[in-house]
Amino acid sequence: MVPGQHMPLFEVFIRSRRGLDHKHVGSLHAETHQQALEYARDCYTRRSEGVSIWVVRSGDIVASQEEDAGEFFDPMDDKPYRHATHYRLPPEVDNM
Amino acid sequence: MHAEPELFHYTLGLADDALVLGQRLCEWCSNAPFLEEDLALANVALDFMGRARMLYSHAATLEGAGRDEDALAYLRDCREYRNLLIMELPRGDFAFSTARQFLVDAFNLPFLEDLCRSRDPELAGIAGKALKESRYHYRRSRDWVLRLGDGTAESHRRLQRAFDEIWGYTHELFRAGEAEQRLVAAGFAPDRPALRARWEALVVPVLAEATLRRPEDAWSVDGGREGTHTEHLGHLLSELQFMQRAYPGLQW
Repeated sequence: MVPGQHMPLFEVFIRSRRGLDHKHVGSLHAETHQQALEYARDCYTRRSEGVSIWVVRSGDIVASQEEDAGEFFDPMDDKPYRHATHYRLPPEVDNM
Repeated sequence: MHAEPELFHYTLGLADDALVLGQRLCEWCSNAPFLEEDLALANVALDFMGRARMLYSHAATLEGAGRDEDALAYLRDCREYRNLLIMELPRGDFAFSTARQFLVDAFNLPFLEDLCRSRDPELAGIAGKALKESRYHYRRSRDWVLRLGDGTAESHRRLQRAFDEIWGYTHELFRAGEAEQRLVAAGFAPDRPALRARWEALVVPVLAEATLRRPEDAWSVDGGREGTHTEHLGHLLSELQFMQRAYPGLQW
């Protein structure tokens, strides 16, 4: 680590319990993937928030751009039949 | 054999080890090299504090004299503390704290594994919980030894110096007084001298991989278990015990 120079940034994803998805919880700096995993454990699961952790280098994430929003997302606005909103779910089905 | 008084002193020594090392680690809080490491170190420190609380509570029960965990932690003077000297040495630079932590974590693994089989179910239970924590501690401190030892010329030089300075304090980890030997024979306590080979197996290959030289066994100091401490413990306790000394019985 060079003083004054940041270590690589990692994004942290945590699955809070079995059956749920990993959720983005934040980011941290670390030297390697392994160290990032350990710091994620120390920074984000101290109150038993998780059963599984993913870390990924922030630079490896390919993100959609604001200026693409028009062609990416707007065409979906007039297709309400794609939304499964008319079904009534039994209360036993959580997390849909 | 009537084990209670000896088991009390033994448990108290283990509790002092955990509290004093935990306090040294707490001193890094807000002083670590960067934020993530700060949180991680504080986590480890709190593991030792939790361990100290369980051990002091158990010791208080064994003593049966009406003292509780706080009385044992906050109202005993330096000479009554029974921690090993390696725990009380000042935190030094990050390399020194790393070297100390690595050597102690590597000791705690075989020690706690054996303590899990203690005839005292309370001690065995505490050891079982602490062992999981110590596995993680060792993994962290081993990573740091490799990172600093095999890092820059500066980090290598500082870590080698730290191991050279602290090595003589490791021998006390493997010594047991007569009372402790009786507890070993009765199945209450791990046999410290017998742990050395397992400790070295966790330490020596890592030093080599980190391009560090194993220090010579040229000198050693001890006396912590008898209450003969370095000059540093008094300063640590004056900070640790300040509130209870200044405001007896204070609670929040």
